Amino acid sequence: MATPSGASTEDKRSYYLYLIPGAIGFIAIVLLPQIANFALSFTAWKGVGTPRFVGLQNYEKLLTDGQFWGSMSHTLLFVISMTIIPVVLGLVLAALLFDYIRDEFGETVSSLFRAAFYLPQILPITAAGVLWGWIFNPVGVVNIILRAPGLDGLAQNWLGDATYALPAVSLVIVWIQVGYCLVVFMAGLSRIDPALYEAAELDGAGWWQRLVTITIPLLAPEIFVVVLTTLIAALKVFAPIFVLTAGGPDNATLVPSYLTYYHFFTTQRVGYAASIAVVQTILTIGLAVIFLRFQSSQAGKE
Amino acid sequence: MADAILNPGDAIDEAAYGPRKRGAGRWVVLAILTLLLLLVLFPFFLALSNSIKSTVDYAANGPLSLPTSVDFTALKKFWDVADFGRKLLNSAIISLVVAVFGVLISLLNAYAIGIGKVRGSRVILVVLLIGIMVPQESIVYPLYYMAKATGLYDTQLSVIIIFAVLQSAFGTYLLSSVLGSFPKEIIEAAEMDGANRWQILWQVVVPVLRPSLMVVGTFFFIWTWNEFLIPLVMLVSNNNQTVSVAMGLTRGQNMSDPTLQAAASLLGMAPTLIFFLIFQRTLTRGVVVGAVK
Repeated sequence: MATPSGASTEDKRSYYLYLIPGAIGFIAIVLLPQIANFALSFTAWKGVGTPRFVGLQNYEKLLTDGQFWGSMSHTLLFVISMTIIPVVLGLVLAALLFDYIRDEFGETVSSLFRAAFYLPQILPITAAGVLWGWIFNPVGVVNIILRAPGLDGLAQNWLGDATYALPAVSLVIVWIQVGYCLVVFMAGLSRIDPALYEAAELDGAGWWQRLVTITIPLLAPEIFVVVLTTLIAALKVFAPIFVLTAGGPDNATLVPSYLTYYHFFTTQRVGYAASIAVVQTILTIGLAVIFLRFQSSQAGKE
Repeated sequence: MADAILNPGDAIDEAAYGPRKRGAGRWVVLAILTLLLLLVLFPFFLALSNSIKSTVDYAANGPLSLPTSVDFTALKKFWDVADFGRKLLNSAIISLVVAVFGVLISLLNAYAIGIGKVRGSRVILVVLLIGIMVPQESIVYPLYYMAKATGLYDTQLSVIIIFAVLQSAFGTYLLSSVLGSFPKEIIEAAEMDGANRWQILWQVVVPVLRPSLMVVGTFFFIWTWNEFLIPLVMLVSNNNQTVSVAMGLTRGQNMSDPTLQAAASLLGMAPTLIFFLIFQRTLTRGVVVGAVK
């Protein structure tokens, strides 16, 4: 590894040596498996023996697979709980905490709020899932609260009823996601010049006007980042579904990641599962490219 | 809008504004936010209060009342049934080793990219980031197959290798940007003193970079701790499983006892809650990079 001293431009190449451990790891753990998965998507394979090449058959099957399209449409619905609601709530909360609570009650109070809202984000999702599974149980907390004032009619088998399972899981996801949006937005707010707010306030702008005319436009980069990262995350929802509903009841909460897992390891239709994973990967790369373009255009501005 | 004609710098205006701004409104806002906060924290309260409740107490008073006395039966029972001490140890070992090796690989990569400015740096970073953003479902089966072929299946080493590499892709991205602005003069001065590249890395760069390395290591630890899909696939035997996997599998087990379920969730959440209380500032800084996983 050691190179002679005084070396500068001519042996710049020796820096490449430092990339070797990382490169070997990345090729073995990410690149080759990714290529293998892509290749598998053109085969029929049970996981043992030799994969049989079937061309585009898996993809043709996907086109008419109700479970697959169901899972994709649930992903679209999860955009509401992964992205839309957390972004809106996060914006309002961040603005309130940053330019109201912090001014009126001090930095400590606003940091306490921020930390508490962020808490669900750092838990193992499976542990949070055990907790919510217990809360949504037919004889669990939600139904006990509803029954107490005599609202027995509203009590449901939340996770076991195809009508309510998706909204119930969505609520858990909102609980997890709000803190992420809030923290990013608050970090963004700290780079906004407070003089802007003071000027607006003196101009008689109310809190809501300041939010719409100053905060939201100036937070545009953060909003963009949060929207894209949460969209990517929405494509990959797996653990909450695995723990809370296992895709059920009656496929009502099935998502692509769970369907992939199910076909890889339960039905052992490996080639078919691989093709679903390829679709997910392509969609993710599309979003990732937009994200990276944006990141570098931002870096260029600074 | 009529106020626009007032001179912004005028002290009299400030005085006129003061009392109006500090009206009852601030208490209303605080009350609403506090209510929301309690709603967010309510599940944690439920987990805590019901896991230290006796089954008799639960049967009599339900989940909403405070426990009449502190009873550790449920916590102890879940701890024993799940062999939770073992799970904690597994998670701690895996996460710690991943943090150390992940940081090491990141450091070497970032040294070549941030300071060496090797050609193709940008392409390397983009490939690393995209490689890490794609769903793990798309690599999990080949990894599972490779692990079986190499005898690493159902060993903690398999999970350690996979996550040291996956996390280091992020670490490379983070540390490269930090090292990109490393003062060139310091490196040049060390070169003049006859230090070679390897020595410069360890004696000049690492000491300066130590705080960033600690931050990145902290992220790696908690991210690895919370990982689910790959550990679920790789670690089938009970003795090798992590806290996160054990939690994911409790649903399938017979958990008719509600206090036992509350105890399970509390124990599953407690380590990361404690970790968060200690490293709160560090962890809230890494949210954006963490979210693209």
